[in-house]
Amino acid sequence: MTKQTPLYNAHVRHGGKMVEFGGFILPIQYETGLIAEHNAVRNDAGIFDVSHMGEFDISGKGAFNTVQNLICNDITGMKDGDCRYTMMLNDNGGIVDDFIVYKFSDTHYWLVVNAGNTPKDDAWVKNHLLSDTVFVNKSEEYGQMALQGPKAEKILNKLVDEKFIPKGNYTFTDDVEICGAKCVISRTGYTGEDGFEIYCPATATEKIFEKLLEVGANDGLIPCGLGCRDTLRFEACMPLYGHELNEDFLATEVGLNIFIKMDKDFVGKNALAQNAPKFKRKGVKLLDRGIAREHSDVFDGDRKIGFVTTGTHSPTLGYAIAMVRIEKDFNGDTVEIDVRGKRIKAQIVKMPFYKRSY
Amino acid sequence: MKQFTKTHEWVMSQGNTVKVGLSDFAQKEMGDIVYVSLPSVGDSVTIGKSFSDVESVKAVSEVFSPVTGKVVAVNEELLDKPEMINEAPYDAWMIEVEATETEELLTEEEYNEFIKK
Repeated sequence: MTKQTPLYNAHVRHGGKMVEFGGFILPIQYETGLIAEHNAVRNDAGIFDVSHMGEFDISGKGAFNTVQNLICNDITGMKDGDCRYTMMLNDNGGIVDDFIVYKFSDTHYWLVVNAGNTPKDDAWVKNHLLSDTVFVNKSEEYGQMALQGPKAEKILNKLVDEKFIPKGNYTFTDDVEICGAKCVISRTGYTGEDGFEIYCPATATEKIFEKLLEVGANDGLIPCGLGCRDTLRFEACMPLYGHELNEDFLATEVGLNIFIKMDKDFVGKNALAQNAPKFKRKGVKLLDRGIAREHSDVFDGDRKIGFVTTGTHSPTLGYAIAMVRIEKDFNGDTVEIDVRGKRIKAQIVKMPFYKRSY
Repeated sequence: MKQFTKTHEWVMSQGNTVKVGLSDFAQKEMGDIVYVSLPSVGDSVTIGKSFSDVESVKAVSEVFSPVTGKVVAVNEELLDKPEMINEAPYDAWMIEVEATETEELLTEEEYNEFIKK
């Protein structure tokens, strides 16, 4: 079943080219086109519908213990109003999902999970609730928009007083009124740029979306689709579940070790302790003409050492890049990628491919 | 006069050669084109067989030859400026072929009807 988000009518009105993603019908791009939308976010600002994301509300005296046990990152030391990125593992050390934890108080957290994983995560979390913990899946109640780009703060400031705008990266403010609706605003995103994610009651989403577009028009704000959301996060080397991460990849194989805290207990920890990683995530730049796509095989000479997890032409850099999952022991500088029967040379390069300048 | 295939190539005859490119409908469907591969002069192309990959950020599409024959020229400018296909699809010819055989083509009116379906 394909669901519509609260912004479905707005997308159609703005000329969105609608596709199915993670069980939802969303715009892949608008008439402006993927590259123009990508560049708008890098240079000015773009707004994305991310209402498909799931909001899990976890509260009660046991909330801390439940969340701490569910995830491989450590939420000790988080202050009220902090966000923290993490993964949630299965018993084999594979990845159930990756998401951001929001701390409202010692007894109240949110997990904001991937759309396509929401039903699976819902079941997983329910099965791992510790005592004195209340879990409510609030995904249907909330709309969510991502306002991203160097001008995001200036635009948000036209609707929200400065004192309610979260200052630090990965922090959030609560009970902020926009267009008469109470919102949560976090300084987070999935583009590699500065920006905000705004959670609002589903019924208020369209009004806020249109208002932001109206007040942001002079600063170049345009609606942006999933297509450029993917190229933006890819250039910033942020993993996408189902591509860089899945249930069969060990959490220690995906280049996110700084988010794994082995000095605390969590589901999947034993498996990580017992199984050494066999693969690693690397970034490559293609040296020959052509574009490596997801699932293309990666070779060291005649030996297959892995495959591409995401690959395309980078709009910002102007050449083709890819993230690859390759054998951990490979230490060479170049690999070859099979692109529809043709071997293309690629060079291992530093990740992220793109980093914003402050 | 331009004619079209049901796989969204356009064909234009010029004396004993034909030029082949991608239709406006095709470029719009694909979105921003970022890479084009082309055959070499002297290569043979065959009706219904792919002679080029055209890639947008999101996807790869094959371009199928509407003619059989020998390639006498390729538009090398497209290799560096693939976006020309988006900007002016009917100027952005891809290959010029000495055709010995041509598949049954649609007129512009027929093609416009075809893509409405």
